[in-house]
Amino acid sequence: MLVMPEPDRVVLDRRAEIVAALQEIVPGEGVIDTERERRAYECDALTAYRQTPMVVVLPEDTRQVVAVLRYCKENGIKVVPRGAGTSLSGGALPLEDGVLLGMGKFKRILDIDAPNRCVVAQPGVTNLAISHAVQGQGLYYAPDPSSQIACTIGGNVAENSGGVHCLKYGLTTNNVIGVEFVTMDGEVIRLGGKFFDAGGYDLLGVLVGSEGLLGVVTEVTVRVLPTPPGARALLIGFPSVQGAGDCVAAVIGAGIIPGGMEIMDRLAIEAAEAFVHAGYPLDAEALLIVELDGCGAEVDHLIAAVEKIAAAHGATTVRASQSEEERLLFWAGRKAAFPAVGRISPDYLCMDGTIPRKEIGAVLLRMKQLEAKYGLRVANVFHAGDGNLHPLILYDANKPGELLRAEEFGRDILLLCVEVGGVLTGEHGVGVEKRDLMNAMFDAVDLEQQQRLKCAFDEQSLLNPGKVFPQLCRCAELGRMHVRGGKLPFPDLPRF
Amino acid sequence: MTFRPSSAREVAEIVAAGAADKRALEIVAGGSKRGFGRPVRADATLDLSQLAGIVNYEAPELVLTARPSTPLAELEDVLREKGQMLAFAPPKWRELLGSHGTPTGVPTLGGALACNLSGPRRVRAGAARDFILGFSAVNGRGEIFKAGGKVVKNVTGFDLSKLMVGSFGTLAILTEVTLKVMPRPETECTLLLHGLSDAKAVDVMARALNTPHDVFGAAHLPEAAARRSRVGDGPVTALRLEGPAPSVAFRVGEIEKLFGAGDRLDAEASARFWDEVAEVRALLPEGVVWRLCPTPSFSPRLVETIQQILPGAEAFYDWGGGLVWLSLPEAGADAGAGFVRAALQDGHATLMVAPEFLRETVDVFQPVPRALAALEARVKQNFDPLGLFNPGRMRKGV
Ligand SMILES: Cc1cc2nc3c(=O)[nH]c(=O)nc-3n(C[C@H](O)[C@H](O)[C@H](O)COP(=O)(O)OP(=O)(O)OC[C@H]3O[C@@H](n4cnc5c(N)ncnc54)[C@H](O)[C@@H]3O)c2cc1C
Repeated sequence: MLVMPEPDRVVLDRRAEIVAALQEIVPGEGVIDTERERRAYECDALTAYRQTPMVVVLPEDTRQVVAVLRYCKENGIKVVPRGAGTSLSGGALPLEDGVLLGMGKFKRILDIDAPNRCVVAQPGVTNLAISHAVQGQGLYYAPDPSSQIACTIGGNVAENSGGVHCLKYGLTTNNVIGVEFVTMDGEVIRLGGKFFDAGGYDLLGVLVGSEGLLGVVTEVTVRVLPTPPGARALLIGFPSVQGAGDCVAAVIGAGIIPGGMEIMDRLAIEAAEAFVHAGYPLDAEALLIVELDGCGAEVDHLIAAVEKIAAAHGATTVRASQSEEERLLFWAGRKAAFPAVGRISPDYLCMDGTIPRKEIGAVLLRMKQLEAKYGLRVANVFHAGDGNLHPLILYDANKPGELLRAEEFGRDILLLCVEVGGVLTGEHGVGVEKRDLMNAMFDAVDLEQQQRLKCAFDEQSLLNPGKVFPQLCRCAELGRMHVRGGKLPFPDLPRF
Repeated sequence: MTFRPSSAREVAEIVAAGAADKRALEIVAGGSKRGFGRPVRADATLDLSQLAGIVNYEAPELVLTARPSTPLAELEDVLREKGQMLAFAPPKWRELLGSHGTPTGVPTLGGALACNLSGPRRVRAGAARDFILGFSAVNGRGEIFKAGGKVVKNVTGFDLSKLMVGSFGTLAILTEVTLKVMPRPETECTLLLHGLSDAKAVDVMARALNTPHDVFGAAHLPEAAARRSRVGDGPVTALRLEGPAPSVAFRVGEIEKLFGAGDRLDAEASARFWDEVAEVRALLPEGVVWRLCPTPSFSPRLVETIQQILPGAEAFYDWGGGLVWLSLPEAGADAGAGFVRAALQDGHATLMVAPEFLRETVDVFQPVPRALAALEARVKQNFDPLGLFNPGRMRKGV
């Protein structure tokens, strides 16, 4: 059961007055007040949790964001930022007594600067639109979440999103070089820019991945890269998932970092093949897709090297794409894996843990045991290169109790990831979904240190509260130094 | 007084025990970067040299965990044995920082991270901050805490690891770090183009970096720097290509088709050349040295402006113009900070090498606007509320 911060009655009682004040700041249709229209924002892509926001505000420029945040700060009103609402962890879940700040009107690309290999965009620009904007110059934006046609660059910054290419080209955090953001105090702060390595503390590094808790991003500068001249993919079938996992380790051990490297298990292969007819081997327990990119000479050289490694690891099928169409077909099944699974099950939960790759075999075995325990099936697709698992737990929300069982199953999978040395989330974020599991990975001191950072940005915890941390920040208490009788926790003077 | 703890627990005890009387600590790993930043005024030295050694290294996982005082040289040897490396190839800057009589120590991993040091590959591979996955540390309350993880992909909680990198030991004392490591390219080759003006060279570098040929190093040495490095009698522009041999051979050819034929340095000569660049050996060994990070395309005009003011100023370019090394033989009472920063427009300028009294009085790091400075101060306060760690290292009071 998800518990959100207790709504502030005083704020709820002042609703009409608050709406009027916000309308002053964002005139016209920028303030959404009616119940029916507000409901369109009640959840993000984690649809299991829903809450109609108190009011929705759609500012058009930084000035309005500043004014909204100042007003909310002065009046003790909570704010939840939102991009396209594709978060899979409930990061953009509204609050009953909160303003939902939709950044959808920040849609402009402000500057395309090819000589400095960067693009400056407003946060509501979609991920794919950035690549499209520089396509003509032979450039692209590397992080490519599967949701890239819909998700916004602001949401990507907040979630530090990844994609199939991030083992080689990095996550959002490695490709964002500047931001403008507004603090809950209404201060406009710029970090980084078109230059390398902003001096001072790397606040850009913590803002990326902060899930909307530290500031509202109003402008983003991203690094763009030259589009690789070519790419080929290999489709490799294995009689066991362990074999596929070992092959991945061997490829990396041989010094090869593929552009993409994905594994699908039997259930995922079957679902995908039935859906897109990509020619996947139906006799395989695991399918490995390896994409190698670069100039022709390099790609052919590496394809041969990976084919050899695959054969040595007991691959039962090895096919190299012979044309661009075929390469895309190899990927089509993987890219459609989620909707394909949606065809074989009314509902599914998408999990997102990361494990040390060597544990893949053992973890999948344990998952099989959990399938029996919960009486639910799991289809697995994962970013094999970096050990990021996406187990899809199949369930039927119309059957009483199945959602709850699926959630418990999911929790067990994430705890298993932590147990083998991995983490709760590789790219989808903590949000509300994994919030209450944070204690499994971090102890109280670890979490307090993170929350103190939150206090430095937003002392009253008004920005996206109830997300990421199992307990609300208590800044006054966290800031206190407990010097008892002139001594700190370790009283004895060291003898060295 | 000097403390030499050999565990995180001991570090925590020292911090906690000293907190009651606000005992400020200068935090030193190998000591090689003591001359970088503002001089620290502390009551005691915390010598972390005992906290050394690799804790865990799993090459196929691309993950390495080590204690902060592990010498970089040792780390690089261990990685090389498995055909891997630190992709950001941190410079050591021994000669550079030693030129004003500051101590020469042992360059360590902790130092490279605390100062966010990245070499010439940074232009494509990323900086030190891009390769830290997680850490353990002691905060100014004497508490041991951790953040991040030990796998290559993780977004669980705030990314405090990035914040540690480049914080010059002013936020927390690292006791263990986990890094993402990368395979070492099979071979490399550098193409030297001769005779380009600064402006032309920066343009060529930008265009080369924008080709799909994976240029992983782009530097330009004007005449004086080129002579000092003995790579040419006139200006030299260098483009580095790495990868499997057939690929490198093909790409060098393609680059030559675009920009004309040049000299090719083989793998060994190429590695030596980039080491020269990383270690800033091409610069006039006198006066003060600035490290500038402007918008790359603006760098030739930046250098031109500075040279109009001070004709003796010498510079060379790395990171395709995104990094400019500048030496000023007679810079004046503010080490040239006034006109250097005025010329910079956007980006940041760091006073790298200067006598201690100048590093004390001049802003060594780029000053920031008021709101950001206040935020930085609050962040500092939340890690080290009593201001015990490396006081004054980054800014007055920080
Ligand atoms: C089908 C599907 C596939 C997906 N595939 C991937 C994938 O491959 N890799 C991956 O990493 N993710 C994936 N995701 C998850 C999701 O798309 C990403 O997390 C994405 O970055 C969210 O962007 P958004 O614009 O939708 O943000 P939202 O969902 O609207 O918001 C996400 C978080 O960002 C905050 N936020 C949004 N805008 C701002 C802003 N301007 N300033 C401050 N905070 C802000 C919100 O408060 C919230 O916490 C997928 C989602 C779906 C539905």
